[in-house]
Amino acid sequence: MLDYNAGQVKLIDRIQSTWLVKKGFPHMQEKGVIMDVTNVEQAQIAEQAGAVAVMLLDKLPYDIRQSGGIARTASVTLFDEIREHISIPIMMKCRIGHIGEARILEAAGVDTIDESEVLTPADTEHHIWKHDFKVPFVCGCTDLGSALRRIEEGASMLRSKGEPGTGDVKHAIVHFNKIKEQLRLITASKDEPSELIKYSREFKVSFDIIQLTANMGRLPITIFAAGGISSPADAAFMMSLGCDGIFVGSGIFKATDPQSRAESVVLATSFWDDPEIVLKAQKMVSEDKAMGGIDMETKPSSERWETRGSDI
Amino acid sequence: MLVIGILGLQGDIRFHEEILKEVFNKRNISDGKIIIVKQLKDLNNIDGIIIPGGESTVIGILAEKVGLFNELKEMISNGIPTLGSCAGLVFLSNEVSDRIVGPVNQPILKVLNVITERNTFGAQKESFEADLNISILGDKPFKGIFIRAPTVKKINSGVNILSKFDDKIIAVRQNNIIALSFHPELSNDIRIHEFFVEMIKKNS
Repeated sequence: MLDYNAGQVKLIDRIQSTWLVKKGFPHMQEKGVIMDVTNVEQAQIAEQAGAVAVMLLDKLPYDIRQSGGIARTASVTLFDEIREHISIPIMMKCRIGHIGEARILEAAGVDTIDESEVLTPADTEHHIWKHDFKVPFVCGCTDLGSALRRIEEGASMLRSKGEPGTGDVKHAIVHFNKIKEQLRLITASKDEPSELIKYSREFKVSFDIIQLTANMGRLPITIFAAGGISSPADAAFMMSLGCDGIFVGSGIFKATDPQSRAESVVLATSFWDDPEIVLKAQKMVSEDKAMGGIDMETKPSSERWETRGSDI
Repeated sequence: MLVIGILGLQGDIRFHEEILKEVFNKRNISDGKIIIVKQLKDLNNIDGIIIPGGESTVIGILAEKVGLFNELKEMISNGIPTLGSCAGLVFLSNEVSDRIVGPVNQPILKVLNVITERNTFGAQKESFEADLNISILGDKPFKGIFIRAPTVKKINSGVNILSKFDDKIIAVRQNNIIALSFHPELSNDIRIHEFFVEMIKKNS
């Protein structure tokens, strides 16, 4: 075999943040679990348990619901501190439409920005035009239309919205089932442009992205489940609906067994289709240590976060 | 029958699968088969293995937890053709550190005689693509997609350098093992997987 010889090689430019690079990063997270953390200790627990990334917040979504008021992006100095201690990627949230927060997170070196309804929306008319950024974005969606609108704005990764901080996975299931149903409809019409254009008008997206999605039979980018996932069984269920990975928010660090719960969710996500291993994962946690949770059916609809930014 | 395993614990599994199917098609390998390796029994009949990109810490932790780790290490040491990309390179290495955090304690196979540095180029916003010259592929450059990529800091005996970028070692070969900093499954170019399939055919 020939050894490489540096002298023979022409100089090659590197191109940063191409679409392949931005959409490729979430592929590396697939079949993995991204965990919400609020400090160094939790970030280390997450890394040791096998998280593929951490999502750094000022407060867990459950606590944001309790405290009320305006929720903004977390402290960037905390990001600097955590970066010294863990080697896995760090994500942070900015408010929907808040370009100022997003620019700061990008400059700080955050690996992915979550334009998130967990924080108080800053713009009620627009999401961020994410093509303008080098850093990839993940965005929430509740149906196929909102998912494709976020992709057209430049999102590299999607997640269901669900109802974060509730410990109730039902809302994420509703969102995923809706997306699957709509994918089935457009896939069935993939050879009928006159039908596809109707979906393009209904979903307020381009004909091209409808056609691309119909031909692929799945969303064109990585999609994770998020919102209310709090046990290995929840994670395995969401994976069985066809998502590519799992976000766990309050479910881990509002429980009293965070370490073993984090490990068990990682195991159940990778082995979701093997009931014996999911059983083993479920045995690692005990229900009396799970977070209490909030039933949103008992709350006024104004407290629901799933509607934040979903219509635009 | 030609059976290729893809370690399927976590990471970019589906794109390696797609590109292998393309190679089978193009080369008329009608008896080619792909197995997603997740448990010990999946290792039984494979002729080669791909360790995909993902998070190397997670792949290592899960491999230990489900009892794959030791058998996998033994099979690779005994010469099964192996292709590792990105996290795969880290997982195969003898020694690993992180550019910022320093020495990291994570389960690695220690079958590839190199010292590897994680996150050499920095955070995700520094990730990039670039044309590479890779000695085993001839003159036509290969588009390398580097995502929070590791690089090889030091090679020891038995390891050949296949490519460098920016003076950093980004592709190596040690007998049956090819390990890459970048993601050959993402760039619509099947030549590295083609080369790997040839390696397997010669071996079996």
